[in-house]
Amino acid sequence: MESPLLQYLFRLGDDSLILGHRLAEWCSRAPTLEEDLALTNMSLDHIGRAKMILEYAASFEALGRDADELAFGRDERHYHNLLITEVPNGDFAVTMVRMFLFSAFDVLRLDELSSSEDETLAGIAQKGVKESRYHRRHAADWIWRLGKGTDESHRRTQQALNSLWGYTAEMFDMDDTERVLLEEGIGCDLHTLREIWKKDVNEVFTNAGLTLPEDGYMHRGGRNCVHTEALGHIIAEMNYGYAMMQA
Amino acid sequence: MTMLTESQSEFFEAKIARDEKIEPRDPMPDDYRVHLIRQISQHAHSEVIGMQPEGNWVTRAPSLRAKLILLAKIQDECGHGLYLYSAAETLGISRDEMLAQLHAGRAKYSSIFNYPTLTWADIGAIGWLVDGAAIVNQVSLQRTSFGPYSRAMVRICKEESFHQRQGYEIMAQMMAGTPKQRAMAQDAMNRWWAPSLMMFGPPDNDSPRSHDAFRWKIKRESNDTLRQRFIDKTVQQAEVIGLTIPDPDLKFNEVTGHYEIGPLNWKEFYDVVKGNGPCNQQRMAHHIRVHEEGAWVREAAQKAMEQVNH
Repeated sequence: MESPLLQYLFRLGDDSLILGHRLAEWCSRAPTLEEDLALTNMSLDHIGRAKMILEYAASFEALGRDADELAFGRDERHYHNLLITEVPNGDFAVTMVRMFLFSAFDVLRLDELSSSEDETLAGIAQKGVKESRYHRRHAADWIWRLGKGTDESHRRTQQALNSLWGYTAEMFDMDDTERVLLEEGIGCDLHTLREIWKKDVNEVFTNAGLTLPEDGYMHRGGRNCVHTEALGHIIAEMNYGYAMMQA
Repeated sequence: MTMLTESQSEFFEAKIARDEKIEPRDPMPDDYRVHLIRQISQHAHSEVIGMQPEGNWVTRAPSLRAKLILLAKIQDECGHGLYLYSAAETLGISRDEMLAQLHAGRAKYSSIFNYPTLTWADIGAIGWLVDGAAIVNQVSLQRTSFGPYSRAMVRICKEESFHQRQGYEIMAQMMAGTPKQRAMAQDAMNRWWAPSLMMFGPPDNDSPRSHDAFRWKIKRESNDTLRQRFIDKTVQQAEVIGLTIPDPDLKFNEVTGHYEIGPLNWKEFYDVVKGNGPCNQQRMAHHIRVHEEGAWVREAAQKAMEQVNH
């Protein structure tokens, strides 16, 4: 059984690893070259963060596995990422709404972790929060453009929001792992963050003329390594080159 | 399109003669402008289409470090594309027009990107051989006569030399690895060597547009000169890491101090240029599909901007 800190590192690292993968899928596929650059740049931020966190996790667990083995060599029942990070990219609206919902949360979380008792984690968070502020702003700008743009862009963005909303509750769940780390001064209080997040999200979508959906069915499971069907395919793809080079 | 007056023509010719850069507002002959638009837009399209074969491996890179480097490299290529489109735009053509020309088949991109990236070693081979060949060409183009193109080359060369080193590092590591990895690296070498040599274009006696390009100092060195420089450099790099050059006729000429290669398959080169290569249809179909799928996003951004401005 993984210790609470190790589980926590996997949560943070896997969020970035899987979201970074989804962003990398946009490479050569964005609506403009400028966006291609922005999406791969955000992918670079997240993969870079995943690398730092998984390197820390590898040294902490001390089982002789390196960060690459942790990134590519686990099976899907050992990935701790939030389900929202693995949802397929869909169209540009789904990608931007996901980026906003997640990054608005990520900024708050990393801001708290910047003063974590765990110095390594605090260092990673201090670097990451700057990146995620940019990701949040970039996505917020697009939500405004898409919400205000054309009937089609408005419709697609509202649809994206409706389909992703059910993946947001999981971000703020306080389970035993989160509680232990909060008590130790390493983690943060996700319940408090939820209120700030909700206000931010409401403002951005309302300004864009979009409506926050009612809370309906909420998908959960990522933090317990129970995923959607999408994750296995991501892992199979990520693992391909790694496995090729092990032989 | 307008004819130059005599004094404008003299101004242009004198600048070229003095080896000074021609700037966008300077008078220039229509043929010079047309030649540059064709060359710079082809260069820009190559950077952008080149993102596809490399992007093919970004989600499957064998390590986190390799993934980060590849992502950064593809970003560079995308940035080069943007930079070059901007340089071409100073000549009075828009990015949309250039894309329309590409999609209609009236503008080309480098044929090298019509070959597939089949294994991870292909990413090494592209960095080392393809970017290596591109650098030799681009270093020479730093002295090209059109200012914006010349300055774009200075900046691009700095990043390309990093690409070439990372490609060589992939090949070197694989050659120092397991038998399977060595075989993978040699296989990539076998498939990419000849196409890389043909990136410099046809032999000097068969290069249709070279005459004007030399006269205007757009092109400073011949295809064969540049190709030879690349061969001399690369053969030695291959030897260092134990890769075999896939050319039974390759030999070193003690008198000239250069490596000599066997005949290249120029029929294949012209076939691929004409559209009959392994990935021509795939690359263009991908680019057109993505462009069409993104139309609603570009339209929304445009409409939203108009609202801000009102």
